[in-house]
Amino acid sequence: MVFNNLRLCAAVLTAAAVAAGCGRGNEGPPAAATARPDAKRVDPATAGTVTGRVSFEGTVPQFPPIKLDSDPACAAQHPNGLPVDTIVVNNGGLENVFVYVKDGLGNYYFDTPTEPVTLDQKGCHYSPRVFGVRVGQPLVIVNSDPTMHNVHGAGNVNQQFNFGQVVQGVKNTRTLTAAEVMMPFRCNVHAWMTAYAGVLPHPYFAVTASGGAFELKDLPPGTYTIEAWHEKLGTSSQSVTLAEKDSKTVNFSFKAS
Amino acid sequence: MLHRYIKLVAFSTLLLIAAGGMVTSTDSGLAVPDWPNTYGQFMFSFPLERMVGGIFYEHGHRMIASTVGFLTIVLAVWVWIVEPLRWLRWMGVIALAAVILQGILGGITVLYLLPAPVSVGHAGLAQIFFCMTVALALFTSPGWKAAQTPVDDPMLRPVAATATGLIYVQILLGATMRHIEAGLAIPDFPLAFGHLIPPAWTLGVAVHFAHRLGAVLVSAAIIALAGHVWYHHRARRELVRPATLLILLVALQVTLGAYVIWSGLQPIINTAHVVNGALVLVTSLVLTLRSFRCRFAPTPGTDARAAVPGLLARKPVTSSPRI
Repeated sequence: MVFNNLRLCAAVLTAAAVAAGCGRGNEGPPAAATARPDAKRVDPATAGTVTGRVSFEGTVPQFPPIKLDSDPACAAQHPNGLPVDTIVVNNGGLENVFVYVKDGLGNYYFDTPTEPVTLDQKGCHYSPRVFGVRVGQPLVIVNSDPTMHNVHGAGNVNQQFNFGQVVQGVKNTRTLTAAEVMMPFRCNVHAWMTAYAGVLPHPYFAVTASGGAFELKDLPPGTYTIEAWHEKLGTSSQSVTLAEKDSKTVNFSFKAS
Repeated sequence: MLHRYIKLVAFSTLLLIAAGGMVTSTDSGLAVPDWPNTYGQFMFSFPLERMVGGIFYEHGHRMIASTVGFLTIVLAVWVWIVEPLRWLRWMGVIALAAVILQGILGGITVLYLLPAPVSVGHAGLAQIFFCMTVALALFTSPGWKAAQTPVDDPMLRPVAATATGLIYVQILLGATMRHIEAGLAIPDFPLAFGHLIPPAWTLGVAVHFAHRLGAVLVSAAIIALAGHVWYHHRARRELVRPATLLILLVALQVTLGAYVIWSGLQPIINTAHVVNGALVLVTSLVLTLRSFRCRFAPTPGTDARAAVPGLLARKPVTSSPRI
Protein backbone atom coordinates (compact mmCIF):
# COMPACT_ATOMS: atom_id res chain seq x y z
CA MET A 1 0.00 0.00 0.00
CA VAL A 2 2.85 2.32 0.86
CA PHE A 3 4.27 2.11 -2.60
CA ASN A 4 0.96 2.37 -4.40
CA ASN A 5 2.05 5.82 -5.47
CA LEU A 6 5.18 4.65 -7.22
CA ARG A 7 3.66 5.08 -10.65
CA LEU A 8 2.36 8.47 -9.67
CA CYS A 9 5.77 9.47 -8.42
CA ALA A 10 7.48 8.36 -11.60
CA ALA A 11 5.13 10.57 -13.50
CA VAL A 12 5.68 13.37 -11.04
CA LEU A 13 9.43 13.24 -11.30
CA THR A 14 9.31 13.36 -15.05
CA ALA A 15 6.76 16.13 -15.19
CA ALA A 16 7.30 18.22 -12.09
CA ALA A 17 6.22 21.34 -13.87
CA VAL A 18 2.63 20.18 -14.08
CA ALA A 19 2.40 19.82 -10.35
CA ALA A 20 -0.59 22.10 -10.05
CA GLY A 21 -3.43 19.89 -11.11
CA CYS A 22 -3.49 16.83 -8.91
CA GLY A 23 -4.17 16.02 -5.30
CA ARG A 24 -6.59 18.89 -4.82
CA GLY A 25 -9.80 16.99 -4.24
CA ASN A 26 -13.03 17.49 -6.08
CA GLU A 27 -14.08 21.12 -6.11
CA GLY A 28 -16.63 20.80 -8.89
CA PRO A 29 -20.18 19.50 -8.82
CA PRO A 30 -20.61 15.77 -8.22
CA ALA A 31 -21.11 13.46 -11.11
CA ALA A 32 -24.76 12.64 -11.55
CA ALA A 33 -25.69 9.54 -9.59
CA THR A 34 -26.92 6.76 -11.79
CA ALA A 35 -29.41 4.23 -10.50
CA ARG A 36 -29.29 0.59 -11.46
CA PRO A 37 -32.15 -0.36 -13.83
CA ASP A 38 -33.69 -2.58 -11.17
CA ALA A 39 -33.20 -0.04 -8.36
CA LYS A 40 -36.24 0.76 -6.26
CA ARG A 41 -37.22 3.51 -3.90
CA VAL A 42 -38.15 3.07 -0.25
CA ASP A 43 -41.89 2.95 0.37
CA PRO A 44 -42.52 5.27 3.36
CA ALA A 45 -45.70 3.34 4.17
CA THR A 46 -43.73 0.22 5.06
CA ALA A 47 -40.60 1.79 6.52
CA GLY A 48 -39.52 1.22 10.11
CA THR A 49 -37.07 2.56 12.63
CA VAL A 50 -34.02 1.36 14.50
CA THR A 51 -33.24 3.18 17.70
CA GLY A 52 -30.67 2.49 20.34
CA ARG A 53 -27.98 3.68 22.63
CA VAL A 54 -24.24 3.36 22.73
CA SER A 55 -22.95 2.94 26.25
CA PHE A 56 -19.49 3.04 27.73
CA GLU A 57 -18.30 0.59 30.36
CA GLY A 58 -15.41 1.21 32.64
CA THR A 59 -13.56 4.24 33.83
CA VAL A 60 -13.61 7.16 31.48
CA PRO A 61 -10.01 8.11 30.71
CA GLN A 62 -9.12 11.61 31.79
CA PHE A 63 -6.70 13.72 29.81
CA PRO A 64 -5.26 17.12 30.65
CA PRO A 65 -6.49 19.96 28.44
CA ILE A 66 -4.54 20.53 25.25
CA LYS A 67 -2.18 23.49 25.46
CA LEU A 68 -2.67 25.81 22.52
CA ASP A 69 0.40 27.96 23.07
CA SER A 70 1.69 27.31 19.56
CA ASP A 71 -0.97 29.68 18.20
CA PRO A 72 -1.85 32.75 20.31
CA ALA A 73 -5.17 33.14 18.46
CA CYS A 74 -6.19 29.66 19.63
CA ALA A 75 -4.84 30.11 23.14
CA ALA A 76 -6.85 33.32 23.51
CA GLN A 77 -10.06 31.38 22.86
CA HIS A 78 -9.20 28.68 25.39
CA PRO A 79 -7.22 30.30 28.22
CA ASN A 80 -7.39 27.09 30.25
CA GLY A 81 -6.60 24.81 27.34
CA LEU A 82 -8.86 22.82 25.04
CA PRO A 83 -10.67 19.88 26.65
CA VAL A 84 -9.92 16.53 25.00
CA ASP A 85 -13.14 15.24 23.45
CA THR A 86 -12.11 11.91 22.01
CA ILE A 87 -14.07 9.91 24.60
CA VAL A 88 -17.07 11.85 25.88
CA VAL A 89 -19.47 10.03 28.20
CA ASN A 90 -22.68 11.43 29.66
CA ASN A 91 -24.85 9.30 31.94
CA GLY A 92 -23.06 6.24 30.69
CA GLY A 93 -23.78 7.09 27.06
CA LEU A 94 -20.93 7.52 24.61
CA GLU A 95 -20.99 10.51 22.27
CA ASN A 96 -19.51 10.94 18.82
CA VAL A 97 -20.18 7.37 17.75
CA PHE A 98 -21.05 7.01 14.08
CA VAL A 99 -23.84 4.44 13.73
CA TYR A 100 -24.86 3.36 10.25
CA VAL A 101 -26.33 0.62 8.10
CA LYS A 102 -23.30 -1.22 6.88
CA ASP A 103 -25.02 -3.92 4.88
CA GLY A 104 -28.44 -5.20 3.80
CA LEU A 105 -29.92 -2.36 1.75
CA GLY A 106 -29.68 -4.19 -1.54
CA ASN A 107 -30.59 -2.14 -4.59
CA TYR A 108 -32.50 0.77 -3.11
CA TYR A 109 -31.96 4.10 -4.77
CA PHE A 110 -31.69 7.41 -2.94
CA ASP A 111 -31.59 10.94 -4.27
CA THR A 112 -28.45 12.89 -3.41
CA PRO A 113 -29.24 15.81 -1.09
CA THR A 114 -28.36 19.24 -2.40
CA GLU A 115 -28.34 20.99 0.98
CA PRO A 116 -24.78 21.10 2.28
CA VAL A 117 -23.28 19.62 5.40
CA THR A 118 -21.11 22.13 7.25
CA LEU A 119 -17.80 21.42 8.94
CA ASP A 120 -16.76 24.43 11.00
CA GLN A 121 -13.38 25.31 12.47
CA LYS A 122 -14.21 27.29 15.55
CA GLY A 123 -12.03 27.76 18.60
CA CYS A 124 -9.32 25.81 16.78
CA HIS A 125 -11.56 22.79 16.99
CA TYR A 126 -13.65 20.97 14.40
CA SER A 127 -17.38 21.15 14.85
CA PRO A 128 -18.78 18.59 14.53
CA ARG A 129 -15.94 16.24 15.35
CA VAL A 130 -17.82 13.26 13.86
CA PHE A 131 -20.42 13.63 11.16
CA GLY A 132 -22.08 11.89 8.24
CA VAL A 133 -22.33 13.10 4.67
CA ARG A 134 -23.80 11.55 1.56
CA VAL A 135 -21.77 10.65 -1.49
CA GLY A 136 -22.06 13.66 -3.81
CA GLN A 137 -23.56 15.94 -1.17
CA PRO A 138 -21.88 19.35 -0.85
CA LEU A 139 -19.60 19.67 2.16
CA VAL A 140 -18.98 23.27 3.18
CA ILE A 141 -15.83 23.80 5.24
CA VAL A 142 -15.78 27.07 7.17
CA ASN A 143 -13.01 28.87 9.01
CA SER A 144 -14.62 30.78 11.86
CA ASP A 145 -11.30 31.40 13.58
CA PRO A 146 -9.14 34.53 13.50
CA THR A 147 -6.21 32.40 12.45
CA MET A 148 -5.14 30.23 9.52
CA HIS A 149 -6.06 26.61 9.05
CA ASN A 150 -5.18 24.06 6.45
CA VAL A 151 -7.76 21.39 5.73
CA HIS A 152 -6.34 18.02 4.82
CA GLY A 153 -9.01 15.60 3.73
CA ALA A 154 -7.07 12.39 4.30
CA GLY A 155 -9.31 9.89 2.58
CA ASN A 156 -8.20 6.37 1.81
CA VAL A 157 -10.97 5.88 -0.75
CA ASN A 158 -11.85 9.46 -1.64
CA GLN A 159 -9.19 11.56 -3.30
CA GLN A 160 -7.16 13.43 -0.73
CA PHE A 161 -7.03 17.20 -0.75
CA ASN A 162 -5.30 19.94 1.18
CA PHE A 163 -6.03 23.64 1.04
CA GLY A 164 -5.50 26.67 3.21
CA GLN A 165 -8.08 28.99 4.75
CA VAL A 166 -6.39 32.23 5.59
CA VAL A 167 -9.23 34.63 6.30
CA GLN A 168 -11.83 34.32 9.03
CA GLY A 169 -15.22 33.48 7.58
CA VAL A 170 -13.92 31.92 4.37
CA LYS A 171 -15.84 28.90 3.04
CA ASN A 172 -14.80 26.17 0.65
CA THR A 173 -17.05 23.48 -0.75
CA ARG A 174 -15.98 19.95 -1.54
CA THR A 175 -17.91 16.89 -2.63
CA LEU A 176 -16.84 13.42 -1.65
CA THR A 177 -17.37 10.97 -4.45
CA ALA A 178 -17.08 7.55 -2.82
CA ALA A 179 -18.40 5.77 0.23
CA GLU A 180 -15.86 5.73 3.04
CA VAL A 181 -16.22 5.03 6.75
CA MET A 182 -14.47 7.04 8.07
CA MET A 183 -12.62 9.78 6.22
CA PRO A 184 -10.34 11.83 8.50
CA PHE A 185 -9.92 15.59 8.28
CA ARG A 186 -6.84 17.12 9.81
CA CYS A 187 -5.35 20.53 10.37
CA ASN A 188 -1.56 20.32 10.29
CA VAL A 189 -1.21 23.87 11.57
CA HIS A 190 -2.93 22.76 14.78
CA ALA A 191 -1.96 19.16 15.28
CA TRP A 192 -4.75 18.46 17.79
CA MET A 193 -7.52 19.18 15.27
CA THR A 194 -9.10 16.06 13.81
CA ALA A 195 -12.58 15.32 12.48
CA TYR A 196 -14.10 12.23 10.88
CA ALA A 197 -16.74 11.97 8.17
CA GLY A 198 -18.77 8.88 7.43
CA VAL A 199 -19.42 9.10 3.68
CA LEU A 200 -22.34 6.94 2.60
CA PRO A 201 -24.54 6.46 -0.46
CA HIS A 202 -27.67 6.17 1.69
CA PRO A 203 -29.28 8.22 4.47
CA TYR A 204 -29.20 5.60 7.24
CA PHE A 205 -26.62 6.95 9.62
CA ALA A 206 -26.49 8.92 12.84
CA VAL A 207 -23.98 10.29 15.31
CA THR A 208 -24.67 9.71 18.97
CA ALA A 209 -25.35 12.85 20.93
CA SER A 210 -25.35 13.41 24.67
CA GLY A 211 -26.50 10.22 26.38
CA GLY A 212 -25.36 8.01 23.50
CA ALA A 213 -28.78 7.76 21.79
CA PHE A 214 -29.24 7.32 18.05
CA GLU A 215 -32.09 6.77 15.59
CA LEU A 216 -32.15 5.41 12.05
CA LYS A 217 -35.49 6.34 10.49
CA ASP A 218 -37.38 5.27 7.36
CA LEU A 219 -35.62 1.95 6.92
CA PRO A 220 -37.38 -0.43 4.53
CA PRO A 221 -38.17 -3.95 5.76
CA GLY A 222 -35.15 -6.22 5.70
CA THR A 223 -32.22 -7.63 7.60
CA TYR A 224 -29.41 -5.23 8.22
CA THR A 225 -25.95 -5.08 9.67
CA ILE A 226 -25.72 -2.04 11.90
CA GLU A 227 -22.23 -0.89 12.79
CA ALA A 228 -21.11 1.54 15.46
CA TRP A 229 -17.74 3.25 14.94
CA HIS A 230 -15.70 5.18 17.47
CA GLU A 231 -12.39 6.84 16.69
CA LYS A 232 -10.57 5.35 19.68
CA LEU A 233 -12.66 2.36 20.67
CA GLY A 234 -13.08 0.70 17.29
CA THR A 235 -16.21 -0.82 15.79
CA SER A 236 -19.03 -3.07 16.87
CA SER A 237 -21.68 -4.66 14.63
CA GLN A 238 -25.09 -6.21 15.15
CA SER A 239 -27.70 -7.72 12.89
CA VAL A 240 -31.32 -6.61 13.03
CA THR A 241 -34.39 -7.64 11.06
CA LEU A 242 -37.20 -5.16 10.44
CA ALA A 243 -40.70 -6.13 9.37
CA GLU A 244 -43.05 -3.62 7.77
CA LYS A 245 -43.58 -0.53 10.00
CA ASP A 246 -41.42 -2.23 12.57
CA SER A 247 -39.37 -0.59 15.30
CA LYS A 248 -36.36 -2.30 16.81
CA THR A 249 -33.87 -1.36 19.46
CA VAL A 250 -30.18 -2.06 19.04
CA ASN A 251 -27.76 -1.16 21.81
CA PHE A 252 -24.01 -1.12 21.64
CA SER A 253 -21.46 -1.11 24.38
CA PHE A 254 -17.83 -0.11 24.24
CA LYS A 255 -15.34 -0.86 26.96
CA ALA A 256 -12.30 1.10 28.02
CA SER A 257 -9.32 -0.43 26.28
CA MET B 1 38.73 30.63 4.00
CA LEU B 2 36.88 28.39 1.53
CA HIS B 3 37.25 25.46 3.91
CA ARG B 4 35.69 27.46 6.72
CA TYR B 5 32.86 28.56 4.48
CA ILE B 6 32.09 24.98 3.45
CA LYS B 7 32.08 23.97 7.10
CA LEU B 8 29.46 26.68 7.61
CA VAL B 9 27.41 25.21 4.74
CA ALA B 10 27.72 21.74 6.26
CA PHE B 11 26.59 23.00 9.66
CA SER B 12 23.69 24.85 8.04
CA THR B 13 22.73 21.62 6.30
CA LEU B 14 22.67 19.83 9.64
CA LEU B 15 20.32 22.54 10.93
CA LEU B 16 18.21 22.02 7.84
CA ILE B 17 18.02 18.29 8.51
CA ALA B 18 16.96 19.09 12.08
CA ALA B 19 14.27 21.45 10.79
CA GLY B 20 13.05 18.80 8.34
CA GLY B 21 13.03 16.27 11.14
CA MET B 22 10.80 18.55 13.20
CA VAL B 23 8.42 18.95 10.25
CA THR B 24 7.88 15.20 10.07
CA SER B 25 7.95 14.66 13.82
CA THR B 26 5.24 17.28 14.40
CA ASP B 27 3.22 16.14 11.37
CA SER B 28 3.51 19.64 9.92
CA GLY B 29 4.37 18.65 6.35
CA LEU B 30 1.02 19.86 5.02
CA ALA B 31 0.65 22.87 7.29
CA VAL B 32 1.52 25.06 4.30
CA PRO B 33 -0.62 23.68 1.48
CA ASP B 34 1.02 25.50 -1.41
CA TRP B 35 4.55 25.62 -2.82
CA PRO B 36 6.70 27.56 -3.55
CA ASN B 37 4.40 30.22 -2.11
CA THR B 38 3.20 30.20 1.48
CA TYR B 39 -0.57 30.66 1.73
CA GLY B 40 -0.46 32.51 -1.57
CA GLN B 41 2.30 34.88 -0.50
CA PHE B 42 5.85 35.06 -1.74
CA MET B 43 7.63 32.96 0.84
CA PHE B 44 10.15 35.62 1.88
CA SER B 45 7.41 38.15 2.56
CA PHE B 46 5.29 35.83 4.70
CA PRO B 47 4.73 37.63 8.04
CA LEU B 48 6.61 36.23 10.99
CA GLU B 49 3.59 36.63 13.28
CA ARG B 50 1.69 34.17 11.10
CA MET B 51 4.27 31.44 11.62
CA VAL B 52 2.14 29.62 14.17
CA GLY B 53 1.65 25.96 14.93
CA GLY B 54 2.76 23.67 12.13
CA ILE B 55 3.40 26.65 9.84
CA PHE B 56 6.36 27.55 12.07
CA TYR B 57 8.01 24.22 11.32
CA GLU B 58 7.12 23.89 7.63
CA HIS B 59 7.72 27.50 6.63
CA GLY B 60 10.81 27.66 8.85
CA HIS B 61 12.12 24.56 7.08
CA ARG B 62 11.58 26.24 3.72
CA MET B 63 13.36 29.40 4.86
CA ILE B 64 16.37 27.48 6.13
CA ALA B 65 16.36 25.42 2.93
CA SER B 66 16.40 28.60 0.85
CA THR B 67 19.33 29.87 2.89
CA VAL B 68 21.23 26.61 2.37
CA GLY B 69 20.40 26.80 -1.33
CA PHE B 70 21.85 30.30 -1.54
CA LEU B 71 24.93 29.25 0.44
CA THR B 72 25.39 26.34 -1.95
CA ILE B 73 25.28 28.62 -5.01
CA VAL B 74 28.09 30.66 -3.49
CA LEU B 75 29.91 27.43 -2.60
CA ALA B 76 29.70 26.08 -6.14
CA VAL B 77 30.95 29.33 -7.68
CA TRP B 78 33.69 29.72 -5.10
CA VAL B 79 34.95 26.16 -5.49
CA TRP B 80 34.81 26.49 -9.28
CA ILE B 81 36.94 29.65 -9.19
CA VAL B 82 39.41 28.68 -6.50
CA GLU B 83 39.95 24.94 -6.70
CA PRO B 84 42.52 23.60 -9.15
CA LEU B 85 41.18 20.03 -9.08
CA ARG B 86 38.63 19.49 -11.81
CA TRP B 87 36.69 16.74 -10.00
CA LEU B 88 36.43 18.93 -6.92
CA ARG B 89 35.06 21.80 -8.99
CA TRP B 90 32.43 19.51 -10.46
CA MET B 91 31.61 18.20 -7.03
CA GLY B 92 30.56 21.71 -6.07
CA VAL B 93 28.32 21.88 -9.12
CA ILE B 94 26.81 18.48 -8.33
CA ALA B 95 26.13 19.64 -4.77
CA LEU B 96 24.27 22.62 -6.19
CA ALA B 97 22.27 20.36 -8.51
CA ALA B 98 21.48 18.10 -5.54
CA VAL B 99 20.17 20.96 -3.41
CA ILE B 100 18.01 22.22 -6.30
CA LEU B 101 16.60 18.73 -6.84
CA GLN B 102 16.05 18.49 -3.11
CA GLY B 103 13.98 21.67 -3.16
CA ILE B 104 11.88 20.39 -6.04
CA LEU B 105 11.34 17.07 -4.25
CA GLY B 106 10.23 18.99 -1.18
CA GLY B 107 7.71 20.92 -3.28
CA ILE B 108 6.43 17.80 -4.99
CA THR B 109 5.90 15.96 -1.74
CA VAL B 110 3.82 18.89 -0.42
CA LEU B 111 1.75 19.29 -3.59
CA TYR B 112 1.10 15.55 -3.81
CA LEU B 113 0.24 15.26 -0.11
CA LEU B 114 3.33 13.48 1.13
CA PRO B 115 3.51 10.30 -0.94
CA ALA B 116 5.89 8.07 1.02
CA PRO B 117 8.32 7.29 -1.82
CA VAL B 118 8.83 11.00 -2.56
CA SER B 119 9.18 11.89 1.10
CA VAL B 120 11.69 9.07 1.62
CA GLY B 121 13.58 10.26 -1.48
CA HIS B 122 13.60 13.78 0.01
CA ALA B 123 15.02 12.42 3.27
CA GLY B 124 17.58 10.25 1.47
CA LEU B 125 18.81 13.05 -0.79
CA ALA B 126 19.15 15.32 2.24
CA GLN B 127 21.67 12.88 3.70
CA ILE B 128 23.55 12.65 0.40
CA PHE B 129 23.75 16.43 0.17
CA PHE B 130 24.97 16.60 3.77
CA CYS B 131 27.61 13.99 2.92
CA MET B 132 28.69 16.09 -0.07
CA THR B 133 29.13 19.23 2.00
CA VAL B 134 31.12 17.34 4.64
CA ALA B 135 33.23 15.67 1.95
CA LEU B 136 33.86 19.04 0.31
CA ALA B 137 34.88 20.47 3.66
CA LEU B 138 37.26 17.55 4.12
CA PHE B 139 38.74 17.81 0.62
CA THR B 140 39.39 21.53 1.03
CA SER B 141 40.86 21.20 4.52
CA PRO B 142 44.54 22.04 4.99
CA GLY B 143 45.10 18.65 6.57
CA TRP B 144 43.72 16.78 3.58
CA LYS B 145 45.74 18.81 1.11
CA ALA B 146 48.93 18.51 3.13
CA ALA B 147 48.63 14.80 3.78
CA GLN B 148 51.92 13.20 3.01
CA THR B 149 51.76 9.73 4.49
CA PRO B 150 48.19 8.54 4.21
CA VAL B 151 47.27 5.16 5.57
CA ASP B 152 47.25 2.45 2.94
CA ASP B 153 45.33 -0.39 4.57
CA PRO B 154 43.56 -2.71 2.10
CA MET B 155 41.49 -4.16 4.94
CA LEU B 156 40.38 -0.83 6.39
CA ARG B 157 38.95 0.54 3.15
CA PRO B 158 36.23 -2.11 2.54
CA VAL B 159 35.36 -2.29 6.25
CA ALA B 160 34.89 1.49 6.41
CA ALA B 161 33.02 1.69 3.12
CA THR B 162 30.73 -1.15 4.16
CA ALA B 163 29.96 0.54 7.47
CA THR B 164 29.12 3.81 5.70
CA GLY B 165 26.92 2.03 3.17
CA LEU B 166 25.09 0.15 5.92
CA ILE B 167 24.50 3.37 7.85
CA TYR B 168 22.97 4.99 4.78
CA VAL B 169 20.68 2.01 4.14
CA GLN B 170 19.72 2.11 7.81
CA ILE B 171 18.85 5.81 7.48
CA LEU B 172 16.69 5.05 4.44
CA LEU B 173 14.92 2.33 6.44
CA GLY B 174 14.34 4.81 9.23
CA ALA B 175 12.99 7.39 6.80
CA THR B 176 10.65 4.80 5.30
CA MET B 177 9.46 3.87 8.77
CA ARG B 178 8.75 7.50 9.59
CA HIS B 179 6.95 8.28 6.37
CA ILE B 180 4.68 5.25 6.49
CA GLU B 181 3.95 6.20 10.11
CA ALA B 182 5.34 2.95 11.48
CA GLY B 183 7.39 4.52 14.26
CA LEU B 184 5.24 2.81 16.85
CA ALA B 185 4.27 -0.20 14.74
CA ILE B 186 6.20 -2.13 17.38
CA PRO B 187 5.26 -0.29 20.56
CA ASP B 188 7.72 -1.83 23.01
CA PHE B 189 11.51 -1.91 23.24
CA PRO B 190 13.80 -3.83 23.39
CA LEU B 191 11.24 -6.61 22.85
CA ALA B 192 8.66 -6.63 20.08
CA PHE B 193 5.14 -7.20 21.43
CA GLY B 194 6.84 -8.97 24.34
CA HIS B 195 8.74 -11.34 22.03
CA LEU B 196 12.15 -11.39 20.40
CA ILE B 197 10.45 -11.68 17.01
CA PRO B 198 7.11 -9.96 16.32
CA PRO B 199 4.30 -12.53 16.55
CA ALA B 200 2.27 -10.80 13.80
CA TRP B 201 3.44 -9.04 10.69
CA THR B 202 2.25 -6.05 8.72
CA LEU B 203 4.23 -3.83 6.38
CA GLY B 204 4.74 -1.32 9.20
CA VAL B 205 5.92 -4.01 11.62
CA ALA B 206 8.28 -5.44 8.97
CA VAL B 207 9.88 -2.07 8.20
CA HIS B 208 10.12 -1.17 11.87
CA PHE B 209 11.69 -4.53 12.75
CA ALA B 210 14.08 -4.23 9.80
CA HIS B 211 15.20 -0.87 11.21
CA ARG B 212 15.89 -2.51 14.57
CA LEU B 213 17.83 -5.34 12.93
CA GLY B 214 19.64 -2.71 10.89
CA ALA B 215 20.68 -1.02 14.13
CA VAL B 216 22.27 -4.27 15.31
CA LEU B 217 24.04 -4.71 11.99
CA VAL B 218 25.28 -1.12 11.85
CA SER B 219 26.47 -1.27 15.46
CA ALA B 220 28.42 -4.44 14.71
CA ALA B 221 29.95 -2.88 11.60
CA ILE B 222 30.98 0.24 13.51
CA ILE B 223 32.45 -1.78 16.38
CA ALA B 224 34.42 -3.82 13.85
CA LEU B 225 35.59 -0.64 12.12
CA ALA B 226 36.57 1.13 15.32
CA GLY B 227 38.23 -2.01 16.65
CA HIS B 228 40.27 -2.31 13.47
CA VAL B 229 41.36 1.32 13.67
CA TRP B 230 42.26 1.12 17.35
CA TYR B 231 44.19 -2.12 16.91
CA HIS B 232 46.06 -1.33 13.69
CA HIS B 233 46.24 2.46 13.56
CA ARG B 234 46.24 3.67 17.13
CA ALA B 235 48.94 6.23 16.34
CA ARG B 236 46.90 7.81 13.55
CA ARG B 237 44.79 10.49 15.17
CA GLU B 238 43.00 11.26 11.91
CA LEU B 239 41.52 7.75 12.07
CA VAL B 240 41.29 7.14 15.81
CA ARG B 241 39.34 10.33 16.48
CA PRO B 242 36.46 9.65 14.06
CA ALA B 243 36.47 5.97 15.09
CA THR B 244 36.07 6.91 18.73
CA LEU B 245 33.47 9.51 17.90
CA LEU B 246 31.57 6.89 15.88
CA ILE B 247 31.35 4.57 18.88
CA LEU B 248 30.03 7.39 21.06
CA LEU B 249 27.54 8.54 18.41
CA VAL B 250 26.19 5.07 17.72
CA ALA B 251 25.74 4.44 21.45
CA LEU B 252 23.84 7.72 21.67
CA GLN B 253 21.85 6.78 18.58
CA VAL B 254 20.68 3.45 20.02
CA THR B 255 19.76 5.20 23.27
CA LEU B 256 17.78 7.85 21.38
CA GLY B 257 16.09 5.14 19.33
CA ALA B 258 14.92 3.48 22.52
CA TYR B 259 13.63 6.77 23.88
CA VAL B 260 11.79 7.44 20.63
CA ILE B 261 9.70 4.36 21.42
CA TRP B 262 9.43 4.90 25.17
CA SER B 263 8.41 8.54 24.70
CA GLY B 264 5.74 7.69 22.11
CA LEU B 265 7.53 9.58 19.29
CA GLN B 266 8.21 12.75 21.23
CA PRO B 267 9.13 15.21 18.45
CA ILE B 268 12.39 16.56 19.91
CA ILE B 269 13.70 13.09 20.77
CA ASN B 270 12.59 11.87 17.34
CA THR B 271 14.43 14.71 15.63
CA ALA B 272 17.53 14.24 17.77
CA HIS B 273 17.56 10.63 16.54
CA VAL B 274 17.42 11.86 12.93
CA VAL B 275 20.15 14.46 13.42
CA ASN B 276 22.42 12.09 15.31
CA GLY B 277 21.90 9.51 12.57
CA ALA B 278 23.19 12.05 10.07
CA LEU B 279 26.21 12.67 12.29
CA VAL B 280 26.89 8.92 12.46
CA LEU B 281 26.78 8.80 8.67
CA VAL B 282 29.15 11.68 8.02
CA THR B 283 31.58 10.60 10.74
CA SER B 284 31.80 7.19 9.13
CA LEU B 285 32.13 8.90 5.74
CA VAL B 286 35.06 10.99 6.96
CA LEU B 287 36.76 7.88 8.30
CA THR B 288 36.09 6.09 5.03
CA LEU B 289 37.43 8.94 2.90
CA ARG B 290 40.56 9.13 5.07
CA SER B 291 41.04 5.40 4.61
CA PHE B 292 40.94 6.06 0.86
CA ARG B 293 43.22 9.08 1.17
CA CYS B 294 46.13 7.26 -0.47
CA ARG B 295 44.00 6.78 -3.58
CA PHE B 296 43.55 10.51 -3.84
CA ALA B 297 47.19 11.45 -3.36
CA PRO B 298 48.69 12.92 -6.49
CA THR B 299 51.73 11.16 -7.89
CA PRO B 300 54.71 13.43 -7.48
CA GLY B 301 55.25 15.38 -10.63
CA THR B 302 51.71 15.00 -11.99
CA ASP B 303 49.49 17.97 -12.70
CA ALA B 304 47.02 18.24 -9.85
CA ARG B 305 44.41 19.73 -12.21
CA ALA B 306 44.33 16.48 -14.11
CA ALA B 307 44.16 14.34 -11.01
CA VAL B 308 41.22 11.97 -10.84
CA PRO B 309 40.49 9.71 -7.88
CA GLY B 310 41.21 6.12 -8.66
CA LEU B 311 43.85 6.96 -11.22
CA LEU B 312 46.25 8.33 -8.72
CA ALA B 313 49.22 6.86 -6.96
CA ARG B 314 48.53 4.25 -4.36
CA LYS B 315 51.86 4.48 -2.61
CA PRO B 316 51.86 6.82 0.34
CA VAL B 317 54.19 9.73 0.30
CA THR B 318 56.18 10.71 3.33
CA SER B 319 55.24 13.62 5.51
CA SER B 320 53.01 14.47 8.38
CA PRO B 321 50.14 12.00 8.78
CA ARG B 322 47.98 14.74 10.28
CA ILE B 323 44.91 15.41 8.17
